[in-house]
Amino acid sequence: MLLTILPQLTFFIILAAGIALFAMNVRKISRNIKLGRDLNRTDQPGRRWNLMARVAMGQTKMMVRPIPGLLHLFVYVGFVIINIEVVEIILDGLFGTHRLFAPFLGDFYNFLIASFEILALLVLVGVVAFFIRRNIMHIKRFRQPDLNGFPRNDANIILLVEVLLMSAFLSMNAADLILQGRGAEHYEVFGSFPVSQVLVPLFQNWSTDSLILFERFMWWFHIVGILAFLNYLPYSKHMHIVMAFPNVWYSKLEPKGQLDNMEAVTREVKLMLDPSAQPEEVSGPVKFGAKDVQDLTWKNLMDAYSCTECGRCTSECPANITGKLLSPRSIMMKTRDRLEEVGKNMDANKGTFSDDGKSLLHSYITPEELWACTTCNACAEACPVNIDPVNIIMQLRQQLVMEESAPPASLGTMFSNMENNGAPWQFSPNDRGNWRDEA
Amino acid sequence: MELNVKTFAEYLAAGDTPEILFWVGCAGSFDDRAKKVTKAVAKILQAAEVKFAILGQEESCTGDPAKRAGNEFLFQMQAMQNIMVLNGYEVKKIVTACPHCFNTLKNEYPALGGNYEVIHHSQLIEQLLKEGRLQVEGGQFKGRKITFHDPCYLGRSNGVYEAPREVLSKLDAELVEMKRCKAKGLCCGAGGAQMFKEAEAGNKEVNTERSEEALELKPDFIAVGCPFCNTMMTDGVKHAEKEDSVTVLDIAEMIAQAADL
Repeated sequence: MLLTILPQLTFFIILAAGIALFAMNVRKISRNIKLGRDLNRTDQPGRRWNLMARVAMGQTKMMVRPIPGLLHLFVYVGFVIINIEVVEIILDGLFGTHRLFAPFLGDFYNFLIASFEILALLVLVGVVAFFIRRNIMHIKRFRQPDLNGFPRNDANIILLVEVLLMSAFLSMNAADLILQGRGAEHYEVFGSFPVSQVLVPLFQNWSTDSLILFERFMWWFHIVGILAFLNYLPYSKHMHIVMAFPNVWYSKLEPKGQLDNMEAVTREVKLMLDPSAQPEEVSGPVKFGAKDVQDLTWKNLMDAYSCTECGRCTSECPANITGKLLSPRSIMMKTRDRLEEVGKNMDANKGTFSDDGKSLLHSYITPEELWACTTCNACAEACPVNIDPVNIIMQLRQQLVMEESAPPASLGTMFSNMENNGAPWQFSPNDRGNWRDEA
Repeated sequence: MELNVKTFAEYLAAGDTPEILFWVGCAGSFDDRAKKVTKAVAKILQAAEVKFAILGQEESCTGDPAKRAGNEFLFQMQAMQNIMVLNGYEVKKIVTACPHCFNTLKNEYPALGGNYEVIHHSQLIEQLLKEGRLQVEGGQFKGRKITFHDPCYLGRSNGVYEAPREVLSKLDAELVEMKRCKAKGLCCGAGGAQMFKEAEAGNKEVNTERSEEALELKPDFIAVGCPFCNTMMTDGVKHAEKEDSVTVLDIAEMIAQAADL
């Protein structure tokens, strides 16, 4: 008895462990995101669902660049649809069945399996093309130094795993098809295999026992591979497949050029302009701008986890195009790196952050990067998942200016001019209307 | 010719109310190049018989460059003082030839108590042409090649792409687009307070990159809609030593010239 249910038991343990581990890591990410400042992004839910349907599910911003957009669509649709097959595989694993859905679905099952196979092939085409784009073609955004080290390996690991998973799926089906033809036990005739039938000649001469072993091995490899990949996500840029959807839902709906006004400053300015006004009660010390990840908003932090380091932002950034140090992609990557570091620090210190003498500003992001930004919003426009790097840059600039009093000297002069003359240049406010009298 | 432009205070003293406030901005008030654009806007408004006023000495910087440079205090000081003046005059509608002022007045003043209908001069000119209050033919621009450089704070930041193009289309000229246009338009390099500081170290100036892109099209005119873009593109054209064959003009200047104002 135990021997017959051993595969099911093993499967159950692997599945439960895989899901539990992923859930634990997701909770950590969720906790890290919640370290950010409060921000209301739940207004206008109708508009938000619509935006998510178009931008995240509909991939509209990916299609701005049609070639990678289409290749990505193959992989994305393949991933989503093939997950239906994964449901069957999981149920088969738990109940010890083989192709559980087949008897219930009849011809539709054949259609499904055929669709999965065609999608798997398209995924392979997309992934191989991505590999070539990243490693062989000279596409600047994939060659830039901000991807050096793990990020570049990460991208290739993801592509390799996708090739392995799709290959396992197709070769498993090819073996199944041959076994069905030989009338092997448990391999009833189900499904339609337009892609894997091409692989049949490779295995035609194998013995039935070898084929069963091979089919089982690929079945296990595929599903265990999926669970392992699931648990790789939290450490990888590939987490975007989960984060893209909420991140677009919580997008900024206001015009891109609009920056929020700091309420703490509004209170102070009102007091300065009207000394008779009653000061409002403020709890806790007020910080101006952001020095570390905890000072940013939770949406800035969610942005960081949603970034898949595609570099479309950086490729459109006027500062980066002209050789400056700033790369919006790097701003997002550094924010995530620092947030992960803060999270690990908390894990090691019973849930509270112990000062490590580092901060996002200075330890990760330098003033030189921040001051190169023209706030043109090309990065935010280019981002397929509506990440807003400018918002982080602005908060770090506020820290530099209002807390550290360290603007570039020429900006300090501009501030003085504005304070004294109401203009960024040194002109008398009395001369404002003079243009009317000049020929 | 002296322009008979009145301030809001002068209007009220005469017992009258203007229909719109022309927010001139610091560049439009003090920068010699931008002042020409200011005058062109004023001439257009007068030709279309728009009752408009300026604030004159009561206008102060919107605070945009301070805010984008991280000085929120200074920004809000400027904003609150301007809002007091604007609300004091019960201003309802504002037109400005500066996309930075436009963005700040339109998007960042409401939360501080300043609620106005704010439009860019390209939008007002488009409207005046549509309503027939302003007539224009190609004039010197007829058949010439024009490319429009989108200001970030008008285009990408606020989604206004068509109004300036609609206005330029009335000039009977050949309108050509740069590869990076509209939502993908490349910044001139002056936004986010860059206008007031040296650029960080790199291998090129942003305005050189953008001007080269425009010059590749071999235009006769580069049309702009922002005083900072105007400066940056003019410098870029000079850097490429093309100032004899290519002229950078604001759309208001083009319309005013074409209409012989």
